[in-house]
Amino acid sequence: MPNFNDILILLPELYLVAAACLLLLLDAFMKAEQRPLLHWLSIAVLLVGIYLVVEGQPSQAVTAFNGMFVRDGVAEILKVFALLTTVLVFIYAKPYLMDRKLFVGEFYTLTIFAVIGIMLLVSAGNLIMVYLGLELLTLSSYALVALNRDSRLSSEAAIKYFVLGALASGMLLYGMSMVYGATGTLDLAHLHVAATQTSMPHLLVFGLIFMIVGIGFKLGAAPFHMWIPDVYQGSPTAVTIFIGSAPKLAAFGMAYRLLASGLGDLAYDWQLMLACLAVLSLAIGNIVAIVQSNLKRLLAYSTISHMGYLLLGLVNAGPEGYASALFYAISYALTGAAAFGLILALARAGFECEEIDDLKGLNQRSPWAAFLMMLVMFSLAGVPPLFGFFGKLMVFQAAIHAGFLWLAIVGAVFAIIGLYYYLRVVKVMYFDKPVEGTEIRLQGDVSVRVVLSLNVRALLVLGIGWGPLFSWCQRVFVG
Amino acid sequence: MIDSSVFQLVCFYAFAAVTVVAALGVITLRNTVHAVLSLVLTFFSTACIWLLAEAEFLAIALVVVYVGAVMVLFLFVVMMLDIDREQVREGFIKYLPVGIIVALVMLGEMLALIGVRAMHEQVMGANPATVAGMSNTEWLGHALYTEFLLPFEIAALILTVGVVAAVVLTLRHRTGVRHQQASQQVRVDARDRVRVVKMAAVVPAAPQPAPGKETTP
Repeated sequence: MPNFNDILILLPELYLVAAACLLLLLDAFMKAEQRPLLHWLSIAVLLVGIYLVVEGQPSQAVTAFNGMFVRDGVAEILKVFALLTTVLVFIYAKPYLMDRKLFVGEFYTLTIFAVIGIMLLVSAGNLIMVYLGLELLTLSSYALVALNRDSRLSSEAAIKYFVLGALASGMLLYGMSMVYGATGTLDLAHLHVAATQTSMPHLLVFGLIFMIVGIGFKLGAAPFHMWIPDVYQGSPTAVTIFIGSAPKLAAFGMAYRLLASGLGDLAYDWQLMLACLAVLSLAIGNIVAIVQSNLKRLLAYSTISHMGYLLLGLVNAGPEGYASALFYAISYALTGAAAFGLILALARAGFECEEIDDLKGLNQRSPWAAFLMMLVMFSLAGVPPLFGFFGKLMVFQAAIHAGFLWLAIVGAVFAIIGLYYYLRVVKVMYFDKPVEGTEIRLQGDVSVRVVLSLNVRALLVLGIGWGPLFSWCQRVFVG
Repeated sequence: MIDSSVFQLVCFYAFAAVTVVAALGVITLRNTVHAVLSLVLTFFSTACIWLLAEAEFLAIALVVVYVGAVMVLFLFVVMMLDIDREQVREGFIKYLPVGIIVALVMLGEMLALIGVRAMHEQVMGANPATVAGMSNTEWLGHALYTEFLLPFEIAALILTVGVVAAVVLTLRHRTGVRHQQASQQVRVDARDRVRVVKMAAVVPAAPQPAPGKETTP
């Protein structure tokens, strides 16, 4: 039976569930003009959540509810950054939502439910919990993508996301059932032991393949990336920013729990599979991004390539590799939030700022916005001394140390190819003539502009002073 | 005399074959009503497989909930929709041969990889309910509320999100629509509904139209 201690371990999640339900009720009895209050309350709820995660963190890993829930350093760092990114999402999204009559309470509650899904997923100690956390996250995401019901593009994106997501869930479940059949356990800690003693190693590897398909889909790694461009482009930008940031941390957490905690001894089998996914993602992401004219689509393909880099870290299959992949996931989540945040801030009612051409001559009209966008693009491209550069450096290093020199070389080559399309955005902003009759500048209230500037500055600061964050990432995988 | 484990194995393969064929029928049948009925058969034979595994409660729940309630609702919806069958199947026929070849190759690979023999090693594992000396339903209840309490609650949370999502995606506040206001209906008084008018019992013969109130033709 669960005791009080179990509940204490689960406190941040329980608190968020209660808070989300209260916000839902509050929204139902709230008048439309009081809704900004809900916005600030949601942000406060998430900030208190961060406090609870950090404050109640036990000194060593503990489990609750018969090993269903694991609270360790990996879960802590992922939860802190997932909550932090969601705070950014809420702040950036508000003006956009208000302009488009999408400012509804459900945006906040569904996003918080999705974050709860992320937190449960990264803390999962059991295959069932991995699946349920993932479902909670994706189900909320499907609804968020379809939030703008009157847009055909949104509905199409939501249907595609839903169908492909259901297929991926099915694959994952199929793989889990095979693994369960081979080992007779669902508990990841037991699985780690049972995987070495199974009498049916082929069945186990077979299950592993299907689980990797599920992970590949969640990460958006090629060849399971088909949903990403359409969903990024089709959903309201306020939702794209969420889907493009915090769930990447969840995907890393899921891959870590399933592959490292659960099937770590099968690393020899999954290393090469992940290497293939990485090469494909790097190739498809970087090459297809070159021909994109839509900024959101370009960032979608950029995500695919970034997931390739993240996989480079996972291929290492050791603490060094996991630490570098975690560092990469955090750097991508923060940079992605800033990139979409800028698009949100430049958009206004009736103008989406989706096309790269919309940014023409941005420097002459809003130098500060152009400068921020340039920093973000450089960080995504991996130009030193920005945050993205050190992320790439670490994953290359991890891949080389694991004996995958060729993989690191492929990664470096594609990083240079990728530089082209990021620089194209910068070129359009600084050297192209602005289109007559269009006005473009940072929208939104003071909070948006201040937080956006801080977010981009953090990319610079973390790029120069990356040491503490990276040693935190390393620390959680030791012992 | 047939050995009971052999009989079990034969039953398993028979039910499994029916499930697969019925599932194929769901996506290939031309008539949507037939497809839904085929889905019912899929569920039913799955329930039979579960019965073989001594999971009685789940098997009955599948039949009662899915076959009994959900599928009837499905049938109802499908019968009401006017679906252009040819349009739905346009791309399907074209890709069907390729799909079948891929499926067969995958099946062959799977069997080669796992090995047919591995399946025969143990027909069914030991039933934990029998080990614990409980009925299947009782054991399921114990497992759900002790060992699997957290997943059980998370599943409830997922259902809540499903409800919220369904409401946010379908609820529309239209203006100019006359709603029933239950509170006003309850509060209504007899006087608001019926007006008792007193008038003479005998109508005066040939009433004269009041001057000045003549209606124009």
